[in-house]
Amino acid sequence: MLIKHVRARDPLSSEITPRAVFEGRRRLLKAAAAAGVWAFAPAGAKAAKPVRGEPIPNLAPWPKSLSEPPTGYELATTYNNFYEFGFDKEDPARHSKSFKPRPWTVAVEGHAEKTGTFDFEDLIKPHQLEERVYRFRCVEAWSMVVPWVGVPLGDVLKRLVPTAKAKYVAFQTVLRPEEMPGQRLPLLKWPYVEGLRLDEAMHPLALLTVGMYGERLPNQNGAPLRLVLPWKYGFKSIKSIVRIAFTETEPPTTWNIATPREYGFYSNVNPQVDHPRWSQAKERRLGDPFFSPKRPTLMFNGYAEDVAHLYAGMDLAKLY
Amino acid sequence: MTRLAKPIVFALCLLPLAWLAYRGWTAGFGAHPQEYVNRFLGDWALRFLLTALAVTPLRQIGNWPQLARFRRMLGLYAFFYVVLHLSSYVVATHFFDWAAIGKDILKRNYITVGMATFAMLTPLAATSTAGMVKRLGAARWKKLHRLVYLAGIGGVFHFFMMVKADWREPLLYAVILSGLLGWRVWRRARVKG
Ligand code: HEM
Repeated sequence: MLIKHVRARDPLSSEITPRAVFEGRRRLLKAAAAAGVWAFAPAGAKAAKPVRGEPIPNLAPWPKSLSEPPTGYELATTYNNFYEFGFDKEDPARHSKSFKPRPWTVAVEGHAEKTGTFDFEDLIKPHQLEERVYRFRCVEAWSMVVPWVGVPLGDVLKRLVPTAKAKYVAFQTVLRPEEMPGQRLPLLKWPYVEGLRLDEAMHPLALLTVGMYGERLPNQNGAPLRLVLPWKYGFKSIKSIVRIAFTETEPPTTWNIATPREYGFYSNVNPQVDHPRWSQAKERRLGDPFFSPKRPTLMFNGYAEDVAHLYAGMDLAKLY
Repeated sequence: MTRLAKPIVFALCLLPLAWLAYRGWTAGFGAHPQEYVNRFLGDWALRFLLTALAVTPLRQIGNWPQLARFRRMLGLYAFFYVVLHLSSYVVATHFFDWAAIGKDILKRNYITVGMATFAMLTPLAATSTAGMVKRLGAARWKKLHRLVYLAGIGGVFHFFMMVKADWREPLLYAVILSGLLGWRVWRRARVKG
């Protein structure tokens, strides 16, 4: 029964393959899937169709994108850890509808020549938007494949001209308890903060992200501006950024403040170093059949060739 | 009516499972179905365990002796949902990856506690028949079945330990459990004193 059901749903997932590529095929699959689902499901039982975002024009493809098919749009936009909107995975999609991601400004502070308050569009505009299909690995041992839209973070930071004193970059999420119900509960220290070493932030894989699946970021995925750091656990990829600060010392990070024993500053994906509550050796790829083995987790989430040099000589079991 | 009470409660206790099957069939289990099913079954295992632990206090407070005959059924249902919870963990979460399961049991404290709780509940379920009560003798049977208090604590603790930041739900269960166990302690002290 379960297996049959999963098969019937599968085509629905492909509904969300990058829009530019699969538009026509998608419509066909959608119709077929809908017919399949409706044939078995009593009326009303099916979840509501996700509302799609505004398409982003002129995306440059990225030559190193994964060739694996992306996770379904519906999965990637209804299963989110964004505690600002609630602590269950479905909460962000449910409770972020009235969140206003525009207009949006970002405060740039600290050791850089160009500081001040910028409209986020002005930070992005000078750069070519790219569509990059990355693996996304959560510290809770599940993973997705997501086509993100963004620009290299390093390119934006370079234009802000960090000074010699800048060794780290700190990021902060917006604080709006009136629009973000999770922030009304003191279960984490708000606002959410994250940080990177400057060389990590300058790494060409670090993506300052404004969209996914060819569209503007949905609120529940960190609209309008977030990081995506594919070699690190998902919580490092901070969402809804309002502040970027160049610092001399290692900036505090929210999960490290909450549970230092469980979450370090680096939080690189590493199958050999377990989290106390989850083995990190394997991961559940969302969208895989109900009855299927987990997949082995790759060092630095499969980006070891690109990023391992950043951590040469470091004891990754200690600096987790 | 009283003759129907038992079959009715028996059927009611199957409702969560029926709902799970219905949801799986109609809407699916969402983005991470293995997690959804496992947690759903864990939730109901704990709820039934606490319900079984509530029988005696309710019976005594409400002066409602008829309640006693549901105790065994509720306890067995708790065990039933624990077995399903564990099965979903083996079959869905880990898909028979015994090496990973073994490591989990040894290294993840919350799994260790879950397993220990399961280990406590198993002899209770096995000795739940009238025949076993006779074979053990009432006194020994009673002593053995006091393990259920520890199992209750284990179940709540297991939930507490798996939570990342939102401890509100396990806290609610902890409060309920404290009430159920605390009441017993209080009553004992009063009866003795
Ligand atoms: C037999 C050994 C057990 C194993 C291997 C086990 C395993 C697990 C796992 C893997 C989770 C989910 C963790 C996650 O999704 O991150 C979980 C959650 C849970 N388990 Fe167990 N468990 C066991 C025994 C028990 C027992 C005996 C009870 C209750 C009497 C119980 C009640 C729960 C509850 C209430 C949750 C939380 C569900 C939620 O998040 O809503 N488990 N368990």
